[in-house]
Amino acid sequence: MGYVADREQFGKLFSYWEKEYDIWAPKRFHGGGRFSDTDAVRYAVVKEPDEIEFDEKSAYSWKETVLPPSETLFYYTQTHVEEAQAPAKKRLVFLRSCDLAAVRRMDQIYLKNGDPDYYYERKRDGLAFVMIGCPHTCENGFCVSMGTNASDDYDMSIDLVDGKYRLDFRRDDWDAFFAGVGAEKADVTPARVTENKVQVSVPENLTFEVGKSSMWNQYDKRCINCGRCNFVCPTCTCFTMQDLYYDANGNVGERRRVQASCMVDGYTDVAGGASYRKKNGERMRFKTLHKVLDFKERFGYQMCVGCGRCDDICPEYISFSNIINHLEEGMKEVADNESGK
Amino acid sequence: MDINTKELKKNAFRVTKVRGVTSSRVRVPGGLLKAEYLGKIQEIAEKYGNGTVNLTARQGFEIPGIPFEKIPEVNQALQEIIDGTGVNQTGKARGEGYPASGTRNVSACVGNRVCPYACYDTTALAQKIEKVIFPNDLHVKIVLTGCPNDCQKVRMGDIGIMGMTEPQLDPERCVSCGACIKACRSKSVDALTKVHFRPERDTYKCIGCGECINACPNLAWTRSPQKYFRITLLGRTGKKNPRMGVDFIKWADEDSVIQIIKNTYEYTRHYINPDSPGGKEHIGYIVDRTGTEEFLRWALKDVHLPEIAEVYTPLNWSGIEYAHNKYFGNQRYHEDGTIVTDFSV
Repeated sequence: MGYVADREQFGKLFSYWEKEYDIWAPKRFHGGGRFSDTDAVRYAVVKEPDEIEFDEKSAYSWKETVLPPSETLFYYTQTHVEEAQAPAKKRLVFLRSCDLAAVRRMDQIYLKNGDPDYYYERKRDGLAFVMIGCPHTCENGFCVSMGTNASDDYDMSIDLVDGKYRLDFRRDDWDAFFAGVGAEKADVTPARVTENKVQVSVPENLTFEVGKSSMWNQYDKRCINCGRCNFVCPTCTCFTMQDLYYDANGNVGERRRVQASCMVDGYTDVAGGASYRKKNGERMRFKTLHKVLDFKERFGYQMCVGCGRCDDICPEYISFSNIINHLEEGMKEVADNESGK
Repeated sequence: MDINTKELKKNAFRVTKVRGVTSSRVRVPGGLLKAEYLGKIQEIAEKYGNGTVNLTARQGFEIPGIPFEKIPEVNQALQEIIDGTGVNQTGKARGEGYPASGTRNVSACVGNRVCPYACYDTTALAQKIEKVIFPNDLHVKIVLTGCPNDCQKVRMGDIGIMGMTEPQLDPERCVSCGACIKACRSKSVDALTKVHFRPERDTYKCIGCGECINACPNLAWTRSPQKYFRITLLGRTGKKNPRMGVDFIKWADEDSVIQIIKNTYEYTRHYINPDSPGGKEHIGYIVDRTGTEEFLRWALKDVHLPEIAEVYTPLNWSGIEYAHNKYFGNQRYHEDGTIVTDFSV
């Protein structure tokens, strides 16, 4: 059901939601960027409607609402374990269609891949989604190629057009309230991108054989294994565990889970001191084939949602979409080598 | 030909080795100017000079080969550049050129408009300082650099201003990747150690370079809203006792920087040797005469430093003493391998 709300009416809606939800949205942190006098846009709990960043894509993804960079799971003493508190409130998450598609991927790994993950589930249960429309393509996104440029799978959609909030919602329990704030009924369709600057095509015949291609070698030197591409990725789900004992009392401590990156040193360390994938090119191969091959083989659809954040943030200007588009050539190179051409 | 060389120099023209020929010294505060003024400089060089331009050590232009009689015309032509570079022309009418040239161009590295390491807008602060100190005949060199890499070599100037940021850690955003610790160890002062999987910053060691912030993949480290500066004092080149500036204040704020600069001018005006050649004396030599304590008494007047600021004490300069042998003799190797001190030179 569509409505058009002005700033005041939207403010009332916002206060209504706030009673029940923590509102997570892309927020601009002035001076909070990596470099001097630059801003950062990332997810945070917003307290005012105007804190929601509608223009610039968040550098870090929605996933921080369910998979924080670092999360304490429980506390332990010599004899007892105490679970860390679950979030007190439900969460209303403002996100774009690419991130909304990523929710399905995250659920796939944490809920439908064996037993559901308890700590994920207790956050996920309280999530509601507000999809921000995209009136134009971002610089590096390739959502159209990945089929993630549109979605109906939202509780509400929102477009901020000329100071008016254009809302389309799919929940009966909000209906009376929308009418109550005086928002005007209208025919509302969220804006969507129909063409990106970047297009990708994952080869139909892609197999793990492409790992033998020389295409990965350049990344041994070019990539600095910082892991930015993983940390910003809305579909990267890996974490590692940290057990620590407090300094003042070595008998008590906590267990945390912390986002992990397959590009960063230590990811493939195993008992006995061995480590697989030492070269950055090997790590790039692993990441790429997980995103566009291995996940699909297991679950039947692509993992990468084409948000382009990995390209946006790479300090070495390595483009993931460019890697995808070289896979076909890589497959051909391997086939030619095998057939002795 | 009758030319007042004192006035000529003050007007930013040079007495050159060729009689009757001068060069025009164009100041560019902060080293940044609109490209259109390059065209103007070219025009002056080709119309009045010998068609060449010298890029000066302190980020100005020197246009050589100008006959003295062309000075009024050159000054007219310079007006656009003077306006465009934000030079404080107080004391001269428009079209009469620069009012002073004693204090040198406030030079600055490229700063945070371009460089990812820079901790502040060096150009803007240089232009601000220009407005505060010019016109001025005192021979003072103020140098700005964006970060402790010190590409602009602030320790060679009387007052050096080095950008700093105080790294802020949001521990909840830390993913224990170790990038900050590695960057600090390999590129800076090794001020970070891993404590319970997260970096701990040794505030005594930290020089506020921001390497940890640039290295952090997850914005766990960010920059302090407040911009900070390391102030270095009384570096100098020259024929007596060249030396590098020493640390004066770590974690100073911009207001303090400006106030200390103003105070240093007051001190210099008060104590400069009236017989100094050309009215120029490096401040360092004046401080050698009055003692550091007296200088500090002046320099810190009305300065309200932020709580975090550290004032270094005592201030000890070292450096090359060209006339050293006059006072201490020369160490000479004797034929038999012993070392003797020779006072005969």
